[in-house]
Amino acid sequence: MTQAVVQALLSHWRAHRIQLATLLIGIALATALWSAVQAINAEARASYQRANNQLALGQFDTLQDPSGLFPLARYTELRRAGWQVAAALEGSMRTNGRTVRVLGVDMLSYPALPAVTQMEEGETPPDPAQILTAPGRLLLHPELATLLTGTQDLPPMVVTDNLPSDLILTDIGVAEVLLNRPGLLSRVIILPNQPRNLPDLAVVAPSLERIDAASQLDTAQLTDSFHLNLTAFGLLSFAVGLFIVHGTVGLAFAQRRAMIRTLRALGVSMRRLVWMIMAELTLFAIVGGILGLMLGFFIAGALLPDVAATLRGLYGAPVSGQIALQPEWVLAGLAMAVGGTLLASGQALFRLSRMPLLSGAGLQTWRVASSDRWLSPIAGSVAILGGVAAHLLVGGLVSGFAMVAGFLVGAALILPTLLSLALQVLQRRATGPIAQWLWSDMRAQLPGLSLALMALLLALAANVGVGTMVSSFRLTFTGWLDQRLTSELYLTPSNQQQAQEIAEWLAPQVHALLPIRNVELSHSSGPLFLYGVVDDQTYREKWPLIASSSETWDRVMDGTAILINEQLARREDLWPGDVLSLGANLSLPIAGVYSDYGNPTGQAIVSMDRLDKITPGAKIRGFGIRVPEDRATELAQTLRDRFDLPSRSVVQQAAMKAQSVAVFETTFVVTSALNILTLGVAGFAILTSLLTLWTQRLPQIAPIWALGLTRARLARLELLRSVLLAALTAVFALPLGLVLAWTLLAVINVEAFGWRLPMYLFPSDWVYLLVLTLVAALIAAALPALRLLRLPPADLLRVFANER
Amino acid sequence: MLLKIENVRKSYPGGRPVLQGVSLDLDTAQTLALTGESGSGKSTLLNLAAAMDSFEDGEITLDGTGLSSLDDPGRADLRRHSLSIVFQQFNLIPSLTVRKNLSFHARLAGQEDKDWNAHLADRLGLSDLLDRYPETLSGGQQQRVAIGRALASRPKLLLADEPTGNLDETASANVLDLMLSLVSETGTALLLVTHSSEIAGRLDKRAHLSGGRIA
Repeated sequence: MTQAVVQALLSHWRAHRIQLATLLIGIALATALWSAVQAINAEARASYQRANNQLALGQFDTLQDPSGLFPLARYTELRRAGWQVAAALEGSMRTNGRTVRVLGVDMLSYPALPAVTQMEEGETPPDPAQILTAPGRLLLHPELATLLTGTQDLPPMVVTDNLPSDLILTDIGVAEVLLNRPGLLSRVIILPNQPRNLPDLAVVAPSLERIDAASQLDTAQLTDSFHLNLTAFGLLSFAVGLFIVHGTVGLAFAQRRAMIRTLRALGVSMRRLVWMIMAELTLFAIVGGILGLMLGFFIAGALLPDVAATLRGLYGAPVSGQIALQPEWVLAGLAMAVGGTLLASGQALFRLSRMPLLSGAGLQTWRVASSDRWLSPIAGSVAILGGVAAHLLVGGLVSGFAMVAGFLVGAALILPTLLSLALQVLQRRATGPIAQWLWSDMRAQLPGLSLALMALLLALAANVGVGTMVSSFRLTFTGWLDQRLTSELYLTPSNQQQAQEIAEWLAPQVHALLPIRNVELSHSSGPLFLYGVVDDQTYREKWPLIASSSETWDRVMDGTAILINEQLARREDLWPGDVLSLGANLSLPIAGVYSDYGNPTGQAIVSMDRLDKITPGAKIRGFGIRVPEDRATELAQTLRDRFDLPSRSVVQQAAMKAQSVAVFETTFVVTSALNILTLGVAGFAILTSLLTLWTQRLPQIAPIWALGLTRARLARLELLRSVLLAALTAVFALPLGLVLAWTLLAVINVEAFGWRLPMYLFPSDWVYLLVLTLVAALIAAALPALRLLRLPPADLLRVFANER
Repeated sequence: MLLKIENVRKSYPGGRPVLQGVSLDLDTAQTLALTGESGSGKSTLLNLAAAMDSFEDGEITLDGTGLSSLDDPGRADLRRHSLSIVFQQFNLIPSLTVRKNLSFHARLAGQEDKDWNAHLADRLGLSDLLDRYPETLSGGQQQRVAIGRALASRPKLLLADEPTGNLDETASANVLDLMLSLVSETGTALLLVTHSSEIAGRLDKRAHLSGGRIA
């Protein structure tokens, strides 16, 4: 019996091959984008984990001084007291035009790092004495070794695969020299297996703070918000794909009602039928899921380089490697495909299982019964209110996303009611018979098209929302660049001596010379970069302050106040009037807060004198040079020639801005790509809906044709119908998109990145998106319209045939 | 002669002949019943007369216009202005009210006459149903709307394909009475396809199709 039932069930798909293709493509699209995002996230997290393992990060409790570096004597005291600890000095240095992280560890006491083990187990291991005594050895990734080859004043290099590509690992003594931090440490790690009866840390090292291994902020935590963003986009795409599945399965079940009734009349139980249909759906889900995984693998591979660039740009997080086919990823993708398909088919399957044996309801009754008029908008309103309530009551990034989800799901559920009302109004206003029929027919078609239109609404709103956010960010960012990059030239000296020489040579020739000096301090909120600035009108006039107090710059310049960046302000809730602690002995009142986009860490500015008092001898990293614009090019060349500087060490303002904007654009490539893909899926959803509805269209179109409209005109009206519905959906998507943009700018960005951006409106972008939508709708309707145009009259006449 | 069918031949796809040289005439205000067994080609002939399908040989002339030479827009124009059709399944537009359905064809043809529409609605007993939708009407009521729609444009020729085939006996008699009465009142020619000898007997002329020929 089973075989006969299977044959009967599958015969439907043989007769409706486009429907089957639609179902498989829907499952594949839903799985593809979701799986692509998961593959990217997994690869990135694997990279972080690799980096953590390579450096033993997050494995041991550490001791740090909240005010930053601390003297070696603290370490010695701990050792003398019996504590088993290992010292580390970390910092960054500029070499060969590139910033490189340096980690110096006490090679004798530090836990064995994979890079060191690999070196020791190599064919020609270096003598331990060579590593520990001057000039020492630098362990580094081959990629970094290539970049630094030929750089003067660097110790010999030992290449290893077991280190991140932007880090130099060396003995602590070598690191002291490279970082110019003699006798200072960043942290000590507390080794396992400590002896008993040790004196209390609070007694031995009262100035040091113990930080649990579990609570150390690692890259994975830092980038969580970014990955959550990607996951949200993946989920949106998954949902849009499931709309296709839901619509196709619903129609297929409706068309199979007669067959199901017959099978039941012939003695097949409903329970058996439900199980067999579920098995059939599972099979399709697996086939579609495999197609989706193949597509997702390709998409992930294409997007990974841009994601890596984004993570480097935003968080300094190294993501290397390439997408690898992991069994867990394949299984998870298939599970999502099967789960999603069964979820999307659940309602149709449930209703089918409840169908009375003698039910004679046809397709139309099925549709009418399936759409309770008010249930959907009420559920939509509840979703929106629930999202807002979650944000107001709970707060944080996840509840921000819950609010976004509430808006999107709620608006999608309300959309059919809104469209129906709009079409009703337009029908009432129409005067001609064709216009009246068109509007009324569109309204009648809504139940069949609403899922595709919901998908379109979501895709359009996501496009408007994310587009507005990115464009607002771009506008703010370029304005901010204009404020921040005010010097006509930026110069990076090769070393401190050269910096002094350049400063002396330049001083009489330029309007102003603005040294760039900074130090990295430890702060309770994470690393804090403290900059010193000289008193110059440039800062007073141009610096992008978003909050300030009276006499801001006067107070900063006389050393009695400090400026902090927005990230630090929001993270620690510090604003003008509050006090920033820079260690046990120093606190400064905050005079202002400035915007600092693209920087994941906290930053602060004090006067140059104050910087010298806090950390004497902070290196000059570079100079901003104020000269008349027409002299900039000539002076840049003179500087390169005179001081034998590589061309990248003297950069003109325009080039610097172009470089920054290029980095910015790369950052949002992934978002834009996912945006376009989601819109493409929504366009495909419209096409599949129109195709699956095709069989139902003939009985509606044939009478109009019989009453005197040509097939060509009817085909044009079919195109117009699709375009008008898409346009109406776009009209509703616009406010939703703007709400989404506001949420992204005012809630998600603040929670995820620590900065809030002003929202700008870009009507020309909306027009472009509308045109794109209409073109997509036109393309989606083109195939059904072409079919209608070429339809033989005999097919239309079949509608009127009495002996059907 | 309003409708002249001369030696028309038509085959199904695959070559099986359905009409093999059919000829008949219908004058203005005349009524003709076309009878025959299932598959004899009655509906096919009606579709050809309605300019909804093409034939291989012969000619059909409606009010002096030869259908064989008309292109698709020409045929559509003829359907809009010169004739109306009543189908067995009513084929009303479900998304429009009875009022809009009633006037739809006349408005397409640019010939709407609101007084005439009101008269038709009254004669057909639809005056109280004008704001309802077709799905809320009985079969007999729907067919009365279809007849009203067909006559609202004051066609010269009304083609009806088993118009009472989906109705019970009472509704069938009622609908037929109304249709014949209105056709007579308006001077519209009627070509009606039916299985029923009784119905055929109420019309002016009768033609029987058998084996693709007029018997």
